Amino acid sequence: MYAVEMRGITKEYPLVRALDQVDFFLREGEILSLLGENGAGKSTLMKVLYGMCRPDAGEIRIKGEKADIRTPKQAIDLGIGMVHQHFMLIPVMTVAENIVVGQENTKGLLFNQAEAEKRVQEMIDRYGFGIKASQKVSELSVGEQQKVEILKAIYRDAEILILDEPTAVLTPQEVEELFRILRDLKKQNKSIVIITHKLKETLAIADSVSVLRDGKMIKTGMPVQGATADELAQMMVGREVTLGVSRRSKKVGETALLVRDLVLTEKGRTLLNHVKMELKKGEILGIAGIEGNGQTELIECLTGIRRPDVLDVEKDGKKLGGTPGDFIHAGIGHIPEDRMTRGLILELSLQDNLILGYQDRFQKRGILDQKRIREFSDNLLKEFRIKAPGSMAKAGSLSGGNQQKVVIARVFSEDPDIIIVAQPTRGVDIGAMEYIHERLLDLRDEGKAILLISADLDEVKSLSDRLTVMYGGRLVAEGKPEEFDDMELGLLMTGAISGEDREVQRHGSTNS
Amino acid sequence: MAARTADIRGILTKNLSVTALFMALILGGIIMAVCGYNPFEAYGAILQGAFAGKKAICQTLVQATPLIFAGLAYTVAKRANLINLGIEGQLYIGALGTSVIALMPLNLPMGIWLPLALAAGMIFGGLYAGLVGFMKVRFGSNEVIATMMLNTIAENFVEYAVNYPLKEEGKSIAQTAKFSEALWLPRMVDKTQLTVAILIAVAACILVKLLMDRTRIGYEIRCVGQNLQASETAGIRIGRVMIISMLISGAIAGLLGGTHVLGVDRRLIAGFSSGYGFDGIAVAALAADSPIAVILSGIIFGALRAGSMVLNRTTGIPTEFIDVIQALIILLVAAPLLVKEILRIKNKKSEKKGGRKG
Repeated sequence: MYAVEMRGITKEYPLVRALDQVDFFLREGEILSLLGENGAGKSTLMKVLYGMCRPDAGEIRIKGEKADIRTPKQAIDLGIGMVHQHFMLIPVMTVAENIVVGQENTKGLLFNQAEAEKRVQEMIDRYGFGIKASQKVSELSVGEQQKVEILKAIYRDAEILILDEPTAVLTPQEVEELFRILRDLKKQNKSIVIITHKLKETLAIADSVSVLRDGKMIKTGMPVQGATADELAQMMVGREVTLGVSRRSKKVGETALLVRDLVLTEKGRTLLNHVKMELKKGEILGIAGIEGNGQTELIECLTGIRRPDVLDVEKDGKKLGGTPGDFIHAGIGHIPEDRMTRGLILELSLQDNLILGYQDRFQKRGILDQKRIREFSDNLLKEFRIKAPGSMAKAGSLSGGNQQKVVIARVFSEDPDIIIVAQPTRGVDIGAMEYIHERLLDLRDEGKAILLISADLDEVKSLSDRLTVMYGGRLVAEGKPEEFDDMELGLLMTGAISGEDREVQRHGSTNS
Repeated sequence: MAARTADIRGILTKNLSVTALFMALILGGIIMAVCGYNPFEAYGAILQGAFAGKKAICQTLVQATPLIFAGLAYTVAKRANLINLGIEGQLYIGALGTSVIALMPLNLPMGIWLPLALAAGMIFGGLYAGLVGFMKVRFGSNEVIATMMLNTIAENFVEYAVNYPLKEEGKSIAQTAKFSEALWLPRMVDKTQLTVAILIAVAACILVKLLMDRTRIGYEIRCVGQNLQASETAGIRIGRVMIISMLISGAIAGLLGGTHVLGVDRRLIAGFSSGYGFDGIAVAALAADSPIAVILSGIIFGALRAGSMVLNRTTGIPTEFIDVIQALIILLVAAPLLVKEILRIKNKKSEKKGGRKG
């Protein structure tokens, strides 16, 4: 018996066919991984199912019955729940309030808070979620917030649960926890779809896998048992790919960036607590950590965006300071963690975006050299294989991967000595990811110093020559990436163990 | 047939301004009809008043001139994502600056004196607006409120100036003496008020367009206007860019004031502006912040103005309907989603009627 049958789903947007005659089947009580690169149509397909997007053609059946789903409300009534990648929670409200919102129990005209909390707490306990119904959502970790989202769906009697990139923001421990929950839900005969592009997770949790590529369904409901990561990757990308390039530095040079001391406090909170580090030429220093532990602030201080309380930083022996412009001119390239807000100006053309921050080089007495800008842009589009209708296209019209390539092309082409790279492959397809990783390693081999900040553990581990972990505004541990295992990193990232604990564990017996 | 309606719909969705204009005209017509007037008669009269004959066209352009300046001034600030609601005040200060030079017994040749007077107006208006930019950057004051407040000060200061220091000697009216003839903006058509001011306005639009597209500061204004954080990250000096765009915006407003006193009144009179500064917002809104489109948009509003004079004379339909239409345009331009929604409803209906291919 199928929980969901979708047949011949077609959705066209101007210029692109997002979904092309897609068939999709979800069995009752199974966990299905909907695999595909960014832009393959995964999210669109699930949005069609969840009533957020109307297909141009096709038919949907829920538990065998034909359904015409026009709004998320109708989808919820049919027992479909969706956990979005960006949580839709109200931070100032409690867990219980967030869960019952829209379906509040009322006592006369008043909201029955106690009753809601009691019912939600029962549910939390039943699933062993370990949170309190009366807690404010703003006090919860990302993993816990995700649990609230899942509960929200279950509270609305969801039988079919869609999770959009659920592991993107979780620590290894939280991922394990999520998988345990999903298996529990499966036992209760709930049917689950995970939208993902992560192969490791597909293999770990899913019963079957459906692969989308360029809006077409390449494989429907293939059993996961017996499949390999390489096989899945090939289906997803349409060609052979090398996963997890790893190449260590052959020649680490002298110190390029020396952070002697960096302190940042804001409203009485210490965001950066005496950060000290040394970045050498020809190496990639990776910083792992859960978002919100000071990484953003560290980047902003090292690029002049923020003025810290203490900034004792040297580049090649010269003290750094001043405005973002001063840092750029000092030879520090910056690939911001959020390309939409800091990296690109989506409303402007690619030409405008490719010279952003370096516009001084393309002008004479205040007049921009149009011809040079055009040639420069066309060259970069070619060199970095950016898929775009032309250099006058708006940056916002490109796919995530190509947008990221625009940011990277801009920074790399200016030949900075130090590159601060944050989340370089977030929301980027495998093809672009491979390419970006290769370019980073090439630059490192040319002798550039690269500081890599990424929430993707696999990424920092495979690229970095040296790895540190950031927790609570401090760098808590440092070593070669091979020296850390995932579970240990997870514990360091959550502050469950400190760098010193780790040293003791490792060397304790010999040193004492 | 179906394909053609789809095409039209595509054009309308893309050009929301054009759509909003048409919708405003239709809605305005409906309101007229509800009030018991014949909309066809009204629009006929407006068209006639605006375009029938040389005189009518001249009148349209005369009305369009200050609107183009004001729309352009608003647009420049808007490109840096600043709301300049102080164009009204800046044009008064600009007019004052121009008048001060014009009233000095310099007796220079026209080719020097007149540009000098206009330049003074631009500097006065520019600095008056630049002050707001500076306050925003330095003290974080809100430019919307600051510009509004400065309007009152400017108007009253000009009122004071024409009542006391600049008042024409021996007269009781609150105005300056008539300027020397060397300062009168040359008329383009005899017996009309159409002066070269319209050419200056059009040139200003083209210059602003070039400034935005071809210069570094224009580039930086566009960056700051579209994404403050990305501009900051890229090392653009945001404060400087904001102040400069306010300076330019105010200078254009000052030019509006200057061309008005030199071209229309030929003296400074208290309260000479009929709210041009605020009409500029409508002009800029319809032009969707494009300096070139401001020319067209200004002429459309100018035509409505010119037509409305005839409207009242020949039909007895109140001219206030022009204000209604202007307000409707702003509403519809400001609510693109509303327009899209209306188009979508039409879209659905035609789909049902026409049937669709699978």
